[in-house]
Amino acid sequence: MNALNNIKSIAKRELTGYFASPVAYVFIVIFLLLTGFFTFMVGGFFERGDASLMAFFLWHPWLYLFLVPAVGMRLWSEERRLGTMELLLTMPITSWQAIVGKFLASWLFLLLALVLTFPVVVTVKYLGSPDMGVIICGYVGSVLLAGGYLSISCMTSSLTRNQVVSFILSVVVCLFLILAGWPPVTRMLEEWAPAWLVQSVANFSVMTHFDAFQKGVLDSRDVLFFLLVIGFSLFSTSVILRSHRAG
Amino acid sequence: MIKVQNLTKAFGPKIAVNDISFSVEKGEVLGFLGPNGAGKSTTMRMVTGFIPPSGGTIRVGSFDVAQNPIEAKRLVGYLPENAPLYTDMTVYGFLSFAAEIRGLTGEAKKKAVFRSVELCFLENVLHQSIDTLSKGYRHRTCFAQAIIHDPQVLIMDEPTDGLDPNQKHEVRTLIRRMGEKKAIIFSTHILEEVEAACTRAIIIDRGRIVANGTPDELKQKGETAGAICVRLPGVPAAVATQKLGQIPQARKVQVLKEADSSVLVRVFPQARTANGELARSVFALAVAESWKLEELHTEEGRLDEVFRTITLPDTTKEVK
Repeated sequence: MNALNNIKSIAKRELTGYFASPVAYVFIVIFLLLTGFFTFMVGGFFERGDASLMAFFLWHPWLYLFLVPAVGMRLWSEERRLGTMELLLTMPITSWQAIVGKFLASWLFLLLALVLTFPVVVTVKYLGSPDMGVIICGYVGSVLLAGGYLSISCMTSSLTRNQVVSFILSVVVCLFLILAGWPPVTRMLEEWAPAWLVQSVANFSVMTHFDAFQKGVLDSRDVLFFLLVIGFSLFSTSVILRSHRAG
Repeated sequence: MIKVQNLTKAFGPKIAVNDISFSVEKGEVLGFLGPNGAGKSTTMRMVTGFIPPSGGTIRVGSFDVAQNPIEAKRLVGYLPENAPLYTDMTVYGFLSFAAEIRGLTGEAKKKAVFRSVELCFLENVLHQSIDTLSKGYRHRTCFAQAIIHDPQVLIMDEPTDGLDPNQKHEVRTLIRRMGEKKAIIFSTHILEEVEAACTRAIIIDRGRIVANGTPDELKQKGETAGAICVRLPGVPAAVATQKLGQIPQARKVQVLKEADSSVLVRVFPQARTANGELARSVFALAVAESWKLEELHTEEGRLDEVFRTITLPDTTKEVK
């Protein structure tokens, strides 16, 4: 109970921090503009003649590649730069509670941004009769994908007190997770590598796992994949923070 | 309340804190003195549980900081060096957060926030964003955070750093007042602060404790402690030096100021001279020589002198 209260307090503080600065509003506006642009202009939402959000979800791994690290880059690097980490970790909380609290706050923030894309759903519902199950499944996948990226940003932000370095590291790691299963790359690999190797590399990719969600397949293995990425990254964050403090 | 035993911290090959032991009881204010890089902050960070020690034990209350960090941290209020704050929050928001983390809710939380706001004179900026505050207010906000749960142990790293003389005075008064009921450790470079607020002081140099005692005891270690200063009008300096030098209890005579009308002389006592004995002898000499005395006082010794004699500046190379 105590642990939950601590996590709640930390998450609340973090969220108010987002909205106290223009960062949150700028992020939300840019996110909505970009999703709109990619869905309708690049994705050819209308030309598809299909009552689905394929054109919408298709771009999420790429959009998140830059937008999620922008949210997560400050999580720990800012604490280290300002010295507030010393304040936070000498309060009667465990570092786990701090890590989870801060992570949940920014995940919640991304969730809010995603909820604000509801006009797309309204549009497709107005124009045709889409399969709502597929759409909900897509959203679940998108939330998990954002969480996965975010946990990686959380980890890279604990490595440095410089937000720019944190951002770049995070983008590179996330890009790797995309490319490992991106069809053009896997096709290139198939030319010389054995199939089992290509398959196992692809299994590390968010693309492979996000794909199923877009198609409306809610597979527990895909959910597990994202949860494992989150768990692993947050665990690494705690190890990194501990080693910083130990000197 | 705080018991530190054989505390050691090494950062790689560099030993920042080397086998330090001390304890602080309720009602004591312990001043940490030492040159920059002596290990003051590192020691405080270990006591507050921010960094783990390489060796030794720390007990706060009845809890071992390494084994029961959460319970130990509950008893402690901490003001880190440079008073770090979440600059994107308001003062009120920040203090509410601190109170919440300390397990205070509802009415109790409100009360705690307003109590420390009042103690730290923050009423005027309560709803202002922290990044618009001046350094003095920021410092006080962080101080308010440290005392929000009325902790039994208060640890402050340079609490008066960057404050103006009035604010410094406020903070010292506050420390002394709170020291009556709490165990307090604070570090400082300002020696007068130690005299103003501490019941005991520890001088740390290159990771080791080099002196530990009340401010008065420390002052006794100074070279000038116990020396007698006399101002003699109409006596030539040479004569005064010669005559005073013949007093059996006098070790050395130093002319501090020589003018046409008078001479100011300092007489250092021999190693084992009882209090007041030298003063009596100087007075007796003055009577015998029919000197007119304008001034005669015993020097208490100065902390900065003690500090300089027992610590080495970081500009000198360490001799192995």
